[in-house]
Amino acid sequence: MDVLLYLIPIALLLGLGGLVAFLWSLKSGQYDDLDGAAYRILFDDDDVPPPPPPQKTHAPDQ
Amino acid sequence: MGDCLHCGDTVVGEGDFCCPGCDAAYALVQGLGLDSYYRRRALDPTQRSLKPDDDAPPRDFALHVRGDDQGGSELNLMVDGLHCAACVWLIETVLLRQPGVTKARVNMTTRRLALAWDGAATAAERIVAPVLALGYRLVPFDPALLNRETEKRDRALLRALAVAGFAMGNVMLLSVSVWAGHFQGMGPATRDLLHWISALIALPTVAYAGAPFYRSALGALRHGRVNMDVPISLAVVLAAGMSLFETATGGEHAYFDSSVTLLFFLLVGRYLDSRARSKARATAEHLVGLSATAVTVLDDDGTRRVLPPSQVQTGMAVFAAPGERIAVDGTVAAGASDVDTALITGESVPQAVTDGAKVFAGTLNLTGPLTVRVDAVGEDTLLADIVRLMERAEGGRDKYVAIADKVARWYAPVVHTLALGTFLFWWVGMGAVWQDALLTAIAVLIITCPCALGLAVPVVHVVAASRLMRQGILVKSGTALERLADADVAVFDKTGTLTLGRPELANADEIADDDLTLAASLAAASRHPLARALVRVRPGVALADGVIEEPGRGLVRGDVRLGSRVWCGVDDDGDHDGPELWLVRPGAAPVAFRFADTLRSDARDTVARLGLPATLLSGDRQAAVRAAADAAGIDDARAEQSPADKVAVLDDMAQQGHRVLMVGDGLNDAPALHAAHVSLSPATAADVSQNVADVVFQGDRLGPVAEAVHVARRAHKLVVQNFALAFLYNAVTIPLAVAGYVTPLVAAAAMSASSLVVIANALRLGAKD
Repeated sequence: MDVLLYLIPIALLLGLGGLVAFLWSLKSGQYDDLDGAAYRILFDDDDVPPPPPPQKTHAPDQ
Repeated sequence: MGDCLHCGDTVVGEGDFCCPGCDAAYALVQGLGLDSYYRRRALDPTQRSLKPDDDAPPRDFALHVRGDDQGGSELNLMVDGLHCAACVWLIETVLLRQPGVTKARVNMTTRRLALAWDGAATAAERIVAPVLALGYRLVPFDPALLNRETEKRDRALLRALAVAGFAMGNVMLLSVSVWAGHFQGMGPATRDLLHWISALIALPTVAYAGAPFYRSALGALRHGRVNMDVPISLAVVLAAGMSLFETATGGEHAYFDSSVTLLFFLLVGRYLDSRARSKARATAEHLVGLSATAVTVLDDDGTRRVLPPSQVQTGMAVFAAPGERIAVDGTVAAGASDVDTALITGESVPQAVTDGAKVFAGTLNLTGPLTVRVDAVGEDTLLADIVRLMERAEGGRDKYVAIADKVARWYAPVVHTLALGTFLFWWVGMGAVWQDALLTAIAVLIITCPCALGLAVPVVHVVAASRLMRQGILVKSGTALERLADADVAVFDKTGTLTLGRPELANADEIADDDLTLAASLAAASRHPLARALVRVRPGVALADGVIEEPGRGLVRGDVRLGSRVWCGVDDDGDHDGPELWLVRPGAAPVAFRFADTLRSDARDTVARLGLPATLLSGDRQAAVRAAADAAGIDDARAEQSPADKVAVLDDMAQQGHRVLMVGDGLNDAPALHAAHVSLSPATAADVSQNVADVVFQGDRLGPVAEAVHVARRAHKLVVQNFALAFLYNAVTIPLAVAGYVTPLVAAAAMSASSLVVIANALRLGAKD
């Protein structure tokens, strides 16, 4: 049963890594919009032509 | 005839668009190269149409902009008119293409837009303009005012759930090894090692993830009461403690997996329940937020500014256009009009006002523009009076004890007595070692599985709330479903609740088709509520050209007039209730259009379907109230009720032991809604009423009230069944536990099985019946 001595810590570390990753994703707000996240994979950025290059002379917003 | 390419409404005559706004919106989308939007989009009939709104109330976006520390600006907006994901894509792309915009993200769940850009707050108008031109409505809001408490609590629950899940998975991994080892000759050294590792994982988890339960249990105990969390907390803590003791003394069985699994299942139930309610509350907040208006203030030199209501002060002059809601309490300084006070007093007949007359916030200005000098703001308004009345009225719901806690009240002592009895039986009666006796006693505690009992109610409520939400019925408070099921009398308000709260053409059958079409073609030029009612009868009618609107009087085109009786020169002496319009043309008799606030189409059926004795309480006059009561099939109807009168009637009913279900919408219903056993209000209700009500329902029909009660009753039956199943399971396993046959393996299997059965039973509510 010596194999347990390194298998168990590995299992626990991996599990802990998963937990930390979940808590991080929760904190960064990835669970705030589950409906939107489901649809965003379908958004096709290739369809949209790139925005026009910014003008050099730009009237300041007042 | 076809459908408008942009918003999908029917197009009258030639052309691809129903109005110039849609034409411009389509051109804008094409010009930006985003026309794949039209190919991908799916119009949702329940959402607001995408017709750009010229009569939207003015908004000053720059006021709500907050600066961030790098010199940029941020703005949070609610979005109205999101039909599907293609709309999200379109809005984000259009905004991100604006120079300077750093972030534009629409949250599809909450329908809010978070916008950030480099630059001053004044750029806000320019940046959001294209989105408004496309037909979406944007309403700025202050995120600090939203209810953050529930969001924080939900997040905390989710974190506890994550930790419990991680712990459960790993402890189970180790436990299954130990159980397999029992059959395959695992030596005590290995078994102890695995137990110690389980302890290492389980103990911090029990401390962290169990916190919500311990706090609730301690709170109840401090008040001398017992709730469902008390036996749960005891079971978890004792299981963990006893297992630690066993591990330290080299014992055979450790129950770490039971305590952690118990925590995990219960947290799942609690989290889903809380989330279902948060979603309903957020949608309700969204509806209230969308109707928030900005106030047009007139400065002394005549310039107009747009301010949020919180920045309006007494003495300012406020402008209210026809069709707009008056946002302040005040005195009319200039102008003459009719004002609809239904939302405040329930009266369906508008009151004429001129200089010097008092008007109140929430009333609807009907015919002519008014300038109002503000008399009172904040604490001094009629609104504040009603809120105070509401706070004084005893909340019928505050003392309500949830069914789970009622069960816990006798369940906890019974179980604890059983455990004590088991301990004494083995220690004293059978002469066993006290550790073994204690072990058996704690096994009894664990096996009585607060698990199924703890899930019995939340799971059913989650399924019920989701089913109702799909029908536009938002259940906002936790015990609302239980209280809906045990209501035994119903009280309805009239204006806006039984009726739609807006004028509809009442005598359409007396009017010739041509006259109706002619009148509608003139009416299409006006935003006046009566004109809009005419257009609703003839949707898609083409606007006649050359129509001139004279405020306070009517519409004229050449020699055809549509307007008030006096202005049209009609000699009719009849005293008619309710607003009316007259159509006069040379060479034809004048035609009268009478309007009334009509009953919701299914009001009568709903009252019947509810099956509860119904009462109608209204602030309106006797005749109107009696008429509405007869139409809806309600016998007991009382008219001219003030807010305090309504509360008195409800208190009376409560004294007689009735549990009152109240449906109301106006400001004058708010105190009664608060005092009732359970309350509902339509989404068109006054803000205060919507916030007070337990359930908010959308749409033009009254059916949701009966549907909510029906689902609540079914939910109650399923909750009782779930409790029965849990007790049945206990009846089988308790003797086993007392006799000492329960091992951690048996406990884990039993716990999982009972939870699954309870969940499966709850899912039966989701199907249509």
